[in-house]
Amino acid sequence: MKTLAFEAPLQELYEKIAQLKQLSLEGDVDLSREIERIEARADTLKKTIYTDLSPAQVVQISRHPNRPDSSSLFRLILENFIELHGDRAFRDDPSIVAGVGFLKKHRVMVIGHQKGHDTKENIYRNFGMPHPEGYRKALRLMKMAEKFSMPIVTFIDTPGAFPGLGAEERGQAEAIARNLREMAGLTVPVITVVIGEGGSGGALGIGVSNKVYMMEYAVYSVISPEGCASILFHDAAKSDVTSKSLKITATDIVALGVADDVIKEPLGGAHYDWEAAAASIKKVVLKNLNAYKKITDVKKIQEERYMKFRKMGQFSE
Amino acid sequence: MSIVDWFANKEKRRPSSKKLNIPGDLWVKCLACSEVLFLKDLESNFKVCPKCAYHFRISPEERLKFLFDADSFEETNAGIGPVDFLTFTDTEAYADRIKRAQKKSGVKDAVRTGRALLKGKAVNVAIMDFGFMGGSMGSVVGEKITRLIEAGVENKHPVIIFTASGGARMQEGILSLMQMAKTSAALSRLAAVSVPYISVVCDPTTGGTSASFAMLGDVNLTEPGTLISFAGPRVIEQTIRQKLPKGFQRAEFLLEHGMVDRVVPRCEMRQLLFDLVMLLDPHGAEI
Ligand SMILES: [Zn+2]
Repeated sequence: MKTLAFEAPLQELYEKIAQLKQLSLEGDVDLSREIERIEARADTLKKTIYTDLSPAQVVQISRHPNRPDSSSLFRLILENFIELHGDRAFRDDPSIVAGVGFLKKHRVMVIGHQKGHDTKENIYRNFGMPHPEGYRKALRLMKMAEKFSMPIVTFIDTPGAFPGLGAEERGQAEAIARNLREMAGLTVPVITVVIGEGGSGGALGIGVSNKVYMMEYAVYSVISPEGCASILFHDAAKSDVTSKSLKITATDIVALGVADDVIKEPLGGAHYDWEAAAASIKKVVLKNLNAYKKITDVKKIQEERYMKFRKMGQFSE
Repeated sequence: MSIVDWFANKEKRRPSSKKLNIPGDLWVKCLACSEVLFLKDLESNFKVCPKCAYHFRISPEERLKFLFDADSFEETNAGIGPVDFLTFTDTEAYADRIKRAQKKSGVKDAVRTGRALLKGKAVNVAIMDFGFMGGSMGSVVGEKITRLIEAGVENKHPVIIFTASGGARMQEGILSLMQMAKTSAALSRLAAVSVPYISVVCDPTTGGTSASFAMLGDVNLTEPGTLISFAGPRVIEQTIRQKLPKGFQRAEFLLEHGMVDRVVPRCEMRQLLFDLVMLLDPHGAEI
């Protein structure tokens, strides 16, 4: 597993433990007390590192190549995830994965940005950066969910919508804009979890929802800290500064009223334990599905979503 | 995203039309064909070069003057102003940037909204100002656009929005992004009551503004040569590592790709807007 720079001391301890285990096997010596001692130290160190992370470090965790991806989480959370493909106009965009399944007793439509875990996967998934057809696939399936009265669950995990020739030709701006407007009017509840990187309009394109949750080490931002730094300081390396000033961590996003709550991750982040992360997400989503099941007046669902975004913004008058 | 390009090109950016208004600045060089033009002639031609038809960028005041009935504009929500709620500082504090932009422009933020008459027909109108911090959309722009659309839901007069914006205003962080959702949500309510919305996409319109209300018109119009994009040309060139074709992301390119309904010369805009609202508006009185 890839080690983040600030985890290096922890990694050293893990390597040492592995060495000692190997040694005790080969040399037939009992090193168990030494191993236990180092394991305890590693646990303490892990807690220390993860209780005092800088926003820049959180950004790194949110982009960790081993973080659980949308598709894997769907499979962990749903009884029987059936993937559905295509926008019916141009092609199937592998940067967005969607489909139907049962979450306990609830029929749900799930939609999420899809990143890969290695170079080959990431090239196929375009690093989780959708083209317009990705947003159109998402919208097609949201409308289907509405038709069949299925709640929608979306997972956000993208650096942003893809900035490319074909994407512009086929109307990236229009595709995102349309999703924002159409999501606002949906008659079924939409629950969103930012599971990793919430990058700009490309994230929001599947995020106009009744409830928005942030995973503990997820981020949500109008622009990447690097992009912001290169504009304002002409130096992308100043992203440690902008990652602070943009206020993009889970607690910031909740404090600003954009997300409803934070979903706790296993110690050290979701990439250490996918099942535990999936279980935490499932619990929160299920709680909401149960609550929305009782709301039969669709106007209430629309009104709640409208007012959620209507209130966003700070100004003087 | 593409506000990147705007900042990067700040130095070599085209001079704004405001600059041309400095007293004594009687002659102007066309930014496209370099023809030297008499300012009075340029103004009487809607700030369009008589020689090459280049459309100069114009201020909200000029647009009101060129397109709507004289003195018919009744401004709304002019008192809404920006707040530096993140105490955001880069090379300059956001609070100071605001003050400077306000002093230079005499207005509080990057959009003006209100009611106006178009050949006697009442419309709700918003005009964005690229001269104010690159027309960037923060809480104020989002709120004023939303209130304008909500006014349309109430008074049933057609809504016309002229965009000119580099996208979301970074200094307001995530809340600037959320203005895209807020304004688009309001448009879903406008659509539900069948009030026509005409988006006039002006030069330049990029990023979060294009990816929200700018592209959501029942009819999308634009002026010749207008830059319209989600990601700016420089970002795309960096991503795909190749030069972009000529005319990429310009008005004519968007027409060809089906993203706008018409590319309209400025001198024809007033009549066309009038014809469209009269044709589309189911709530208006018949002629
Ligand atoms: Zn000219």
